[in-house]
Amino acid sequence: MGVFDIVGPVMIGPSSSHTAGAVRLGKMARTILGEAPVAVTINLYGSFARTYKGHGTDKALVAGLLGFSAEDTRIKDAINLAAQANLHVTFRIVEGGDFHPNTAQMQLKGISGKSVKVTGASIGGGRIVITQIDGYDVEITGDYYTLITLHQDKPGIIAMITQILAQQNVNIAFMKVSRKQKGVQALMVLETDHPIPEEVLAAISPVPAIESALLVKPL
Amino acid sequence: MMSFTSIAELVALAEEMGQPIADVVWQWETERSASQPEAIWREMASRLAVMQQAAAQGLIQREKSFSGLVGGDAYRLATTNSFIGPVVMRAAANAIAVSEVNANMGKIVACPTAGSCGIVPGAILAIAEHLQCGDDKLVRALFTAAGIGEVIAANATVSGAVGGCQAECGAAAAMAAAAVVEMLGGTPRQSSHALALALKNLLGLVCDPVAGLVEVPCVKRNGFAAVHALTAAQMALAGVESIIPADEVIDAMNRIGAELPCSLKETSEGGLAKTATGIEITERLSKPN
Repeated sequence: MGVFDIVGPVMIGPSSSHTAGAVRLGKMARTILGEAPVAVTINLYGSFARTYKGHGTDKALVAGLLGFSAEDTRIKDAINLAAQANLHVTFRIVEGGDFHPNTAQMQLKGISGKSVKVTGASIGGGRIVITQIDGYDVEITGDYYTLITLHQDKPGIIAMITQILAQQNVNIAFMKVSRKQKGVQALMVLETDHPIPEEVLAAISPVPAIESALLVKPL
Repeated sequence: MMSFTSIAELVALAEEMGQPIADVVWQWETERSASQPEAIWREMASRLAVMQQAAAQGLIQREKSFSGLVGGDAYRLATTNSFIGPVVMRAAANAIAVSEVNANMGKIVACPTAGSCGIVPGAILAIAEHLQCGDDKLVRALFTAAGIGEVIAANATVSGAVGGCQAECGAAAAMAAAAVVEMLGGTPRQSSHALALALKNLLGLVCDPVAGLVEVPCVKRNGFAAVHALTAAQMALAGVESIIPADEVIDAMNRIGAELPCSLKETSEGGLAKTATGIEITERLSKPN
């Protein structure tokens, strides 16, 4: 830890886990959707469900969905700003569920009609982890440059992707592959030490076995 | 490369180099992050500016938080006749001001956490006003505070969920006490006594927030802890010493934190959160609109 982890972070109160972390969860969901959302249904679990109002967790999630950062002073007015931006958000309080205490599940619909379901938890100190995308188990922290691919589950695809990263001199820090069924479709998350150049996306995206690929910068 | 893993080592480094703790920590961070010293200074100065803005806003803001539980107390304190002296009064008012801004979704600097964000600025801004000094002294004070927090975080914890409130407000008071000593011209050794005294007297403090919110008792506790830090600094500057050395106090805090039941570590399942009023507030706030 450095001095700015002790005297810091600069954030919008009141809680690093329930406010700052929630902003980052919303922002990550928007990034994963890849475009401006127009309608979002948010299920709140655990402590998020019980204390969201007092902590402004609802406002924080919406602020993140609007693309705000955790130190944006507009977070407090995010609900009104969402209405102005034609973003329709519905909250649902869910009892139970085998989740981390600070979990939000967000079903997003984007401006082009695209949709995605993102589940994530705020794990303390403003840090987050995205645990599911469209039913695939993932582990995305937003601390690293991240490449997410949805591809056909067959030999050689992962090797091809990592080869392209190697050519660009990008070192992989963490990776996780997940699938719902053998041989159909897989979702891979690669977190790297170095920025991932757009060329990587340009090289991967046209490959027929790749259904979609997305670059995520650190939050 | 320069390094320290304990308060004793940090004090020894400062004594060897003939510099205040602030400068040792500044240099350490510069080396650690492979940055330019000026860039590190500017970053700390920008955090000071956020603290100053939060305190200024909190002293005039009378708005209640969303729960309605806190808001307006810093203003009340800052505008009343003081019998405890202007510096003490100001420290309490500043600290409550910053914490009220935090509770009201304003911009603050976690120091070391959001729940304890008022204590360090509360104390050091009051001293700066008393000394009529410029911002450089305050930036240095933040480096000193950061160095102390660094050691506490590395050897114990600054998380209420792990160690109770002693880890958050206790650590913040220790950080503030050491920083105030240095602002007033005390030695690194006096800083270490001040932080030991401050932390020692908040040992065992539990984290039992009503309805899980960073409001009751957190906001007013920030005011108390800022004053507590001043008292510790005043004692150390007068030559009062902690019999138990700072590092051993930090270790005791860590062990006490581990022994505290979970109900008293930020779960809102014990203490004030489970009083009749605490339960009533929790039920009221958990009802859908």
